[in-house]
Amino acid sequence: MLTAPTVGPFLALLLAMAFFSVKSENFLHGQNLSLILQQVMVVGVLAIGQTFVILTAGIDLSCGTVMAFGQIVMTKLAVANGVDPLLAIALGILACVAFGFVNGAFVTGVKLPAFIVTLGTLNIAFALTHVYSNDETYSDLPSQLLFFGRTFTVRGTDITYGVVFMFVLFGIAWYALTQTAWGRHVYAVGDNIEASRLMGIKVNRVLLSVYVLAGLTYGIAALLLVGRTELGDPNAGQTTENLDAITAVVLGGTSLFGGRGSVIGTLIGAIVVGVFRNGLTLIGVEVVWQYFVTGILVILAVSVDQLTHRSRRA
Amino acid sequence: MNEQPILEGRGLVKRYGQVVALSGADFELYPNEIVAIIGDNGAGKSTLIKALSGALQPDDGEIRLDGKRVRFRSPGDARSAGIETVYQDLAVAPSLDIASNIFLGREARFRGPLGIGLRLLDKRRMRREAARHFEELKIGVQSITQPVENLSGGQRQGVAVARAAKWAQRLAIMDEPTAALGVKETRQVLDLILRVRERGLPVIIISHDMPHVFELADRILIMRLGKRVAVVTPQTHTMPEAVAIMTGATRSELEQAMTKEAPEPEEP
Repeated sequence: MLTAPTVGPFLALLLAMAFFSVKSENFLHGQNLSLILQQVMVVGVLAIGQTFVILTAGIDLSCGTVMAFGQIVMTKLAVANGVDPLLAIALGILACVAFGFVNGAFVTGVKLPAFIVTLGTLNIAFALTHVYSNDETYSDLPSQLLFFGRTFTVRGTDITYGVVFMFVLFGIAWYALTQTAWGRHVYAVGDNIEASRLMGIKVNRVLLSVYVLAGLTYGIAALLLVGRTELGDPNAGQTTENLDAITAVVLGGTSLFGGRGSVIGTLIGAIVVGVFRNGLTLIGVEVVWQYFVTGILVILAVSVDQLTHRSRRA
Repeated sequence: MNEQPILEGRGLVKRYGQVVALSGADFELYPNEIVAIIGDNGAGKSTLIKALSGALQPDDGEIRLDGKRVRFRSPGDARSAGIETVYQDLAVAPSLDIASNIFLGREARFRGPLGIGLRLLDKRRMRREAARHFEELKIGVQSITQPVENLSGGQRQGVAVARAAKWAQRLAIMDEPTAALGVKETRQVLDLILRVRERGLPVIIISHDMPHVFELADRILIMRLGKRVAVVTPQTHTMPEAVAIMTGATRSELEQAMTKEAPEPEEP
């Protein structure tokens, strides 16, 4: 599973962890590592869907605000409208799936660049979140919505069910991408869309499935976010999660040109982002500078991608 | 020939507005032969190939496969009828390995619940079959699991030809398969096409390269202005004659050209 392209991100992770464990004695504590994973779980699950999309040479800028919308739908329905919590969760996830479907439909049907479509749905989801919630925050959530924030204890370290679920989802995504024909087709479409069509792959169906599944992961991420914050917050998911999810994918070695990369790399990339955010906080760096560092990280990772892409072409 | 053609086109017509790309073209491919289609730009050879491979639907005329009338609404229709096409622009997925490319779109899953329920790919079986296929076609590659992007252009086209040969039940169409290749790589692909035919698969090939056409083809179909104007063989016609028919040179021009091109007899 740790194939050559994931070695780089893995080394980056080890380096970052070495750096922060020297700088801060609290860094390597079990509780802190568990906290990092809790911070990573939402971005990590968003990044799974983002990986699918980027493997097809697309990009999904709407992931964060779509998640925010799904989170508002499930919390408002459950709290303000008294809908059965499980049904509310299902409808919230469905709202995200619907956004994924819209993204996929415009990318395949109207042949628009994913960048433009998802920039549009980013704003639409943002607006709907605020309209639908009336800018209210929903708290006192029913227990079903909080399940993934609950913890169990292993040797004195608290682990949330959400973190476990994130690892399970990464496992499923790895299986789908590497062990099924669907996964092969995702790579092939991102690699050479014309050749894929000529070889009889139903290209539009593959692309649509990718965006719909991405929407599904954003819906699950919404549920994890609710479990973690214990709130339905209209201001969630607008900045950090969006950029962090793309950063995680690219840091994990998946190429923005499509056709190359792995979801295991994305998991490592997401943890790298989490380690930086957590480590910088521990050593007392202000939050704004964390944005600064993530910005540098993503540009570095994309540069590496661009340079290897160019040398591959040459 | 009394044999039944494998693939046959009769009176094929294709118009694009005012432009007539095919104006009643005929075509036959017999078992075990390589037929080359030549013609100037705009003579209709690409349109003919596209009609035969399902990439477009002719406005008039009929196509028969093994004597039975067929209508290909898409390349997928032609493919499921046993017709595979190789394109000039190296239609492969570079980041996938050779075996994955050979099986792309036709992946083999495990039998039983693993394959049906979990949709698990049988990678070992695909690699084994691809490796055996490459051995039969005498295509030398280091490993069947190396990514196609690590191969030379000729080897990549070899993958595309091998892929067509593996899945084509009836015939393979090669649309300028060597257009993007260098001299040595072209040689490899031409030899490969000959081996594909030796294994009993008839081949239709489009090429601009007369020496290659004359080396490979059993029969050469010459197109001009949307029609088949002649069918020649390398034994009955020379290259200049074929080119003259292709360009529509007159008899006297042809004779002039003949005396210039062939001042001394080629055979005693």
